[in-house]
Amino acid sequence: MNVRIWLLILLLAVPGIARAQGYAGLGGSAEGFTVPQPDYTFQFPQDHGPHPDYRIEWWYLTANLKSEDGRDYGIQWTLFRSALKPHEVEGWQSPQIWMGHSAVTTPDKHYFAERLSRGGIGQAGVTATPFEAWIDEWHMRGSDPNTVSLSANGADFGYDLKLQANGPFVFHGENGYSVKSGDGQASYYYSQPFYEVQGVLRLPDGDVAVTGQGWLDREWSSQPLAADQSGWDWFSLSFDDGDKMMAFRLRGERSDFTAATWIAADGTTTAIPNGSVAFEPLTTAPVAGRDVPVQWRVTLPTRDLDIEVSALTPDAWMATRLEYWEGPVQISGSHSGRGYLEMTGY
Amino acid sequence: MTLTVIQALASHWRAHSLQLATLLIGLALATGLWSAVQAINAEARASYDRAADQLALGRFDELHNPAGPIPLSRYVELRRAGWQVAAVLEGPLRVQGQALRVLGVDMVAYPALPAVTQMEQSGTPPDPADMLTSPGRLLTTPVLEPLLAGQTGLPPILISDALPPDLILTDIGVAETLLKKPGEISHLIILPDQPGSIPPLSTIAPELERVPAQEQLDTAQLTDSFHLNLSAFGLLSFAVGLFIVHGTVGLAFAQRRGMIRTLRALGVSMRRLVWLIMAELSVLAIVGGVLGLVLGFFLAGALLPDVAASLRGLYGAPVSGQISLQPQWALSGLAMALGGTFLASGHALYRLSRMPILSSAGLQAWRSAASGSRVVALAGVVAIVGGILALLLFGGLVAGFVMVAGLLVGSALVLPYALSRVLILFQRSAKGPIAQWVWSDMRAQLPGLSLALMALLLALAANIGVGTMVSSFRLTFTGWLDQRLTSELYVTAASDQQGQDIAQWLNPQVDAILPIRNVELAHSSGPLFLYGIIDDKTYREKWPLISSSERVWDRFHDGTAVLINEQLARRENLWPGDILAITPADTLTIAGVYSDYGNPTGQAIVSMSQLDQIAPGAEARRFGVRVAPDRATDLAQALRDEFDLPRRAVVQQAAMKAQSMQVFEKTFVVTSALNILTLGVAGFAILTSLLTLWTQRLPQIAPVWALGLTRSELAKLEVLRSVLLAVLTALLALPLGLALAWALLAVINVEAFGWRLPMYLFPVDWVYLLGLTLLAATVAAALPAARLLRLPPADLLKVFANER
Repeated sequence: MNVRIWLLILLLAVPGIARAQGYAGLGGSAEGFTVPQPDYTFQFPQDHGPHPDYRIEWWYLTANLKSEDGRDYGIQWTLFRSALKPHEVEGWQSPQIWMGHSAVTTPDKHYFAERLSRGGIGQAGVTATPFEAWIDEWHMRGSDPNTVSLSANGADFGYDLKLQANGPFVFHGENGYSVKSGDGQASYYYSQPFYEVQGVLRLPDGDVAVTGQGWLDREWSSQPLAADQSGWDWFSLSFDDGDKMMAFRLRGERSDFTAATWIAADGTTTAIPNGSVAFEPLTTAPVAGRDVPVQWRVTLPTRDLDIEVSALTPDAWMATRLEYWEGPVQISGSHSGRGYLEMTGY
Repeated sequence: MTLTVIQALASHWRAHSLQLATLLIGLALATGLWSAVQAINAEARASYDRAADQLALGRFDELHNPAGPIPLSRYVELRRAGWQVAAVLEGPLRVQGQALRVLGVDMVAYPALPAVTQMEQSGTPPDPADMLTSPGRLLTTPVLEPLLAGQTGLPPILISDALPPDLILTDIGVAETLLKKPGEISHLIILPDQPGSIPPLSTIAPELERVPAQEQLDTAQLTDSFHLNLSAFGLLSFAVGLFIVHGTVGLAFAQRRGMIRTLRALGVSMRRLVWLIMAELSVLAIVGGVLGLVLGFFLAGALLPDVAASLRGLYGAPVSGQISLQPQWALSGLAMALGGTFLASGHALYRLSRMPILSSAGLQAWRSAASGSRVVALAGVVAIVGGILALLLFGGLVAGFVMVAGLLVGSALVLPYALSRVLILFQRSAKGPIAQWVWSDMRAQLPGLSLALMALLLALAANIGVGTMVSSFRLTFTGWLDQRLTSELYVTAASDQQGQDIAQWLNPQVDAILPIRNVELAHSSGPLFLYGIIDDKTYREKWPLISSSERVWDRFHDGTAVLINEQLARRENLWPGDILAITPADTLTIAGVYSDYGNPTGQAIVSMSQLDQIAPGAEARRFGVRVAPDRATDLAQALRDEFDLPRRAVVQQAAMKAQSMQVFEKTFVVTSALNILTLGVAGFAILTSLLTLWTQRLPQIAPVWALGLTRSELAKLEVLRSVLLAVLTALLALPLGLALAWALLAVINVEAFGWRLPMYLFPVDWVYLLGLTLLAATVAAALPAARLLRLPPADLLKVFANER
């Protein structure tokens, strides 16, 4: 989930600034912050926790769920960290800003909520052992990230879910060093795509018991986008045969940059280089006053992959401080399955 | 034809340029005073609205801790339970002797305030990192920039015009350093979007109280009475100004009767004449009104800083000291000028339209109209009785003003009748033909002068009434300050701990240490400030009780009784013997009521042990110190040195009194300014009336002159007559003024501020005022008298030859 590069968003601490600068503002410099380097050795459980000397970081969980009567649902639980300065201090003057986004998507409606906090006072944060990521009353916690309870609330929705991983963490790019542009911008990026999920969604019409699959992305960096990149399309796809694929396209002025990771059912990964996966928008829908592609053709000839990816509901718009589209998708064609799609910069 | 008529009408003003000037000055004064008051009110109200918008005040429910600040940990607990709240820390900051308010909000969670949004959307938005992390940034108004820029040790300053005056807006992390209140939160605002299910406040933070948005102290409401006061004054000045207009227009019409008769004889229809005269009046009204607006603008500009200072002092209301031209009061001023002109000239216009085409051009017909003084007096009595009834039946501030208005208008209407009765008495006792002629001549003049005398009566009464109120208030206030500020030193420590240290250090050196601890409680009657005091003879001897029950202090210190301030007593009608529920759990008997002129809010005092029980967390940082007065200065300095306290943390009683008196004086600067202006306008009204009468004097004086009185004797009598009438009016104004003072002290003040003041009389002021009146009347009569002196005997002789 690399491209959830977001973070400048969090500059939103003072709302309005990122909106004025737009996604193009995400290509800021990394001055004073640590920059990801190749051949990094991940240290667990510490690396499940925050890295305050990097500018941006996130704990990004999505899940495709089904109720007992067969209806499809999707949920999102995200905690972003954005550092105004590369360190942490106690109290209000902490330069670490935290932002939570949560959403429930049903076939006909999209519910979402947003929370903001700063670090240093205990209102939001992440600890590695025992594992807990929280902002306000929203939390993802357990002894370690493989077994967690997940909860979030909005004004008109909420959920309480249990997640149990039945596969390993997987690393994108070169052992978790994920390149984002031809100029070499990169992030550290690993995932836990093997969650079994069960729990309850609280919706205006009543509680819904659900089960399904979840996918956690962990990523941190300091200089996420190249200067000419203005947005991205990001896919996490789980096929019915047990294989999975993470794929993204960064839209640049000069050229697009693509990358993907093929994840076999046993967790072995294959990095797929720039230019291999082809993304073609098929249908756009008017969402929040703009045209957003809600049906895609994604092809990867080396894997005989030729699929159509379509949104469960076109209206999965996150009208948060920095707006984007994030929602569950259905897969048909050479492969079938479900997944999540994120699109920014439209 | 129309053009000819216009030329004929205008020729009058060319021939009587002084009259034209008088009319325009009268209009300008009336409009000017009125619009100045309107401008001040509009500016103040706009300031409140701006502040409310700019700070999102009263838009959200709030959480307060009655026992003091809210710890940061409580905020985090609430957040982690799902409560969407935002933290606010506010407090005063003294910069180079000026008290500024620091508002620290959590810029991350607080709804975007206009000043913040404006700054972000500017060409050079500040880096959030600078705003949120040390040293931070201060947002403030352009007015404060030079003050803050000259102060070292402050964070860099950003300028915004979307902020109330005297306010520094900053992030809470910066504010806690600036205010030296680390980890403290003044209150929390409850954000609009709360999650579906959150635990109730009673289980998660039982000590916090939720204050609904609409119950928060509303500045506009609080200051309503102040503005109503000003408006009443503006209206009074306007009315007095209209007397001038009435007098001048009446005179102009009377003098033009001959011309109008000629015009009509030449075939101009009355309809056309009336329309043209109305157009003429409109033009004059607009010219006078515009002059008045200019006058009002400068007057308001001159008065506003004092008004702003007293509004800040009295209510803490943020008012900018700069006036700006706003269409609402400019338009209302012009409308008042037009309306006033037609009101003042309606009668003259009506009589003109009824004038028979061949009626004589004499002035007698115009004047005799005002002769029904008995009927007018009856109307006056009705107005007085009506005003009193309104107060008795309805009560409240507006009814109070209705009564005052009824009293003033009614007395003015009664005045001509009363004066004529007095003159009849004098006439009966007069000896000799000249004396008899003087008295009867005065009576004959009365109808023409009565309006000017009414204006004088109103101005004098207002002067006596308001003067008595202000002086009574000053006397009471000074006495109250002496009782209330008994300690020689007042100390504020940085923390409770330092407070203890200071008390220990002081203990062996001073007569007594009197802790001052208070909390703000959300009470059903509004915010209630609860104070705790210890048992000390200072209180027993000096506390300004205005009503008490037996053994008040013993019962008080037993912890069974409470003392409340007059505002609370009057508002809630609670008196000694009644029960006060301080909180739902703590009810105490009221043992006494004390006067309190410091603020408009409710206040109660309990013994220190009671305070600890009701609000255990109340801070213990402030105390009074009793010490021999001659040691106070040295001790204050020693305290500052020993504990490294800032200058303002140790205040000497004398300085505090001076400061309090300063606020007090500013409060009444505007009142006295308007008062003096009103009197000036009334003096001018007398002058115009006498000038009006001048033209008709000749036929009356000529026979007397012919009978042997010299011109200088006649001139002396002219002045004497004017002075006598003014003195009589002044004498009648005295009881009216005292009645007004009583109404202001016992009715208006109670309704507006919540306190009733004893009335003191100031005869020396009356003598001074009488002298002023004599002077005004003499000056006003001097001009006609001087004319009489220089009048060629031929003119007097002409009276007998003239056909009129």
